[in-house]
Amino acid sequence: MPKDMMQKKKVAYDISFKVYTPEDIQKQQDDLINEVNMILDISKEEAAILLRHFRWNKERLIEDYMDRPRHVLDAAGLAQSSRLPRLEVIPGFVCDICCEDGDGLESFAIKCGHRYCVDCYRHYLSQKIVEEGEAARIQCPADGCSLIIDARSLDILVTSELKERYFQLLNRTYVEDKDTLKWCPAPDCQNAVECAVKKKDLEKVVPTVACACQHRFCFGCNNNDHQPAPCRLVKMWLQKCADDSETANWISANTKECPKCNSTIEKNGGCNHMTCRKCRHEFCWMCMGLWSEHGTSWYNCNRFEEKSGTEARDAQAKSRVSLERYLHYYNRYANHEQSARLDKDIYQKTEKKMVQLQRESGMSWIEVQYLNSASTALQTCRQTLMWTYAFAFYLARNNLTEIFEDNQKDLEMAVEALSEMFEKPVTELADPKLKVVIMDKTAYCNKRRVILLEDTAQNLAEGRWSFSVDLTTPGPNGGSSSRR
Amino acid sequence: MASQKRISKELADCTENPPQGMRISLPNDSDLHKWHVTLEGPSQSAYSGGTFGLFVTLPPDYPFKTPQITFSTRIYHPNVTNDATGSICLGLLKPEQWKPATRIRSVLEAIRSLLVEPNPDDPLEARIADEYKNDRKEFEKNAKTYVTRYAKGTPKFEAVPAAAAGGSDGVGDSSTGRRAN
Repeated sequence: MPKDMMQKKKVAYDISFKVYTPEDIQKQQDDLINEVNMILDISKEEAAILLRHFRWNKERLIEDYMDRPRHVLDAAGLAQSSRLPRLEVIPGFVCDICCEDGDGLESFAIKCGHRYCVDCYRHYLSQKIVEEGEAARIQCPADGCSLIIDARSLDILVTSELKERYFQLLNRTYVEDKDTLKWCPAPDCQNAVECAVKKKDLEKVVPTVACACQHRFCFGCNNNDHQPAPCRLVKMWLQKCADDSETANWISANTKECPKCNSTIEKNGGCNHMTCRKCRHEFCWMCMGLWSEHGTSWYNCNRFEEKSGTEARDAQAKSRVSLERYLHYYNRYANHEQSARLDKDIYQKTEKKMVQLQRESGMSWIEVQYLNSASTALQTCRQTLMWTYAFAFYLARNNLTEIFEDNQKDLEMAVEALSEMFEKPVTELADPKLKVVIMDKTAYCNKRRVILLEDTAQNLAEGRWSFSVDLTTPGPNGGSSSRR
Repeated sequence: MASQKRISKELADCTENPPQGMRISLPNDSDLHKWHVTLEGPSQSAYSGGTFGLFVTLPPDYPFKTPQITFSTRIYHPNVTNDATGSICLGLLKPEQWKPATRIRSVLEAIRSLLVEPNPDDPLEARIADEYKNDRKEFEKNAKTYVTRYAKGTPKFEAVPAAAAGGSDGVGDSSTGRRAN
């Protein structure tokens, strides 16, 4: 009963989505094609071409077609004629592609009448399908003819191994043409996920979806699940880490900034009299004050009270603080990322452990499943924790941040405690008392994660967080740009 | 190979009845896949009086794959790279627009009309395209300077551009501009 209630109650960070298998996707297309085929009284091949031309927007297609059918057919590359496509042997025919003219040369033409020998036609299609990955919009091979080759013609021409690839590509255009559909990015997964979240919603929600293959990813940006941090922050954070993480530590340990131009300077000699290479500013490495104020009594550097020195140190300190602040968050982010990886290694050993445990303790398979649950909990919680640090880095302090940090701390402590128990040797794991503790801890971790995500998601939806950066995405970005 | 017949036919057609202002030759008689084209600058263009060399390389899978055509003579033009490569930006030559029924003749004719009428909206050299749009006088002056400097006399087909060479023969054939008729 209480479990039932938990399931019914909708959590704020959950969004609705649906997972489709390749068969589902095929069926959706077929249904749409059948519908258009009936409503508009055109062949299925033509319905399919028109739907692809209209990016599967059925309503728009029907409306436009009702208004001006000729125009729509022409634009989609469907010239009108009622002849069925077939292979023909025409006396005196010369193929314009290979220039062959033998007797009995089989040839083919789609509705436009541009006729080529069947070998050239097949070669052309395999080139388009296999090498260029085209399917939905392959045109007639004639120079300047934009008529699109329909599915029935392809049926006649395309060999069976090519057909499979061809239908794969066609399915792909269906998913890629629709904004509400996305492929699961996991390797070897062929499913697609449907979700209604739009680009402009991404300031308010973090649309994590879970494919049937278990892969959890963000519908907004295709990255792995990054709740609670919004996509825009994730992008900035990953960018920043790619730029900074390796060098930041070294810079922090070995350099100071020029008090005048802020260039980063490494001290490469023993003398404290520094001259900035860039702006020629002369200063003391010890107190960061103006060198001119040191006179010749430099070694004592007893000018601690000098105004210029204090100011320079202040500026220096500020820049250090911002670097240290970044490193604080980065180190924790990176630590959870690494720990999650290590936990995953252990997860792979878990199965072995469980079998061992079953043997040694006489427990049944179902009785050792608690280790599996613990491992899954560790993975998801660490994933969340990791991104709480990126989130916190961009968070400007207000009265909500304290609650957030408390939640973060609670979850982190629980996760670390569970992680420790999880690593115990099998003999100890078999102890029924420890089993209960692990199960409790697992449940507690999951609960803390839900609390944290509830809180962050709700405040995000209501726009109550204040960030140190702008969350509104300037124009469309991302996406693949193909270069030739 | 099926392409052999098609290429011979195209070559015969182009040598017997060459496209306007052009001469076609083979640097190596046994290799039908490499052509040299000598193109006279069209009289109504800034390139008038110049003679330009074009490399034509037909891939083994021609006509299903796009021919590669580059300038061997330097030319000041918005749609041709201003370097020794001489790459050309032409819609017909893009793989996704190429049709196997398209003939080399029509590509060569398209290149010639590109000299008469550059396409500054799809430039390879943005600066030259800008100049063409906004300061036509300066553009024509520069184009003519290039003609005087690079495009006088028989064109040289020595510098085989990296894209067209494909690692085969780096050193150009010494018998340049040999006429095949």
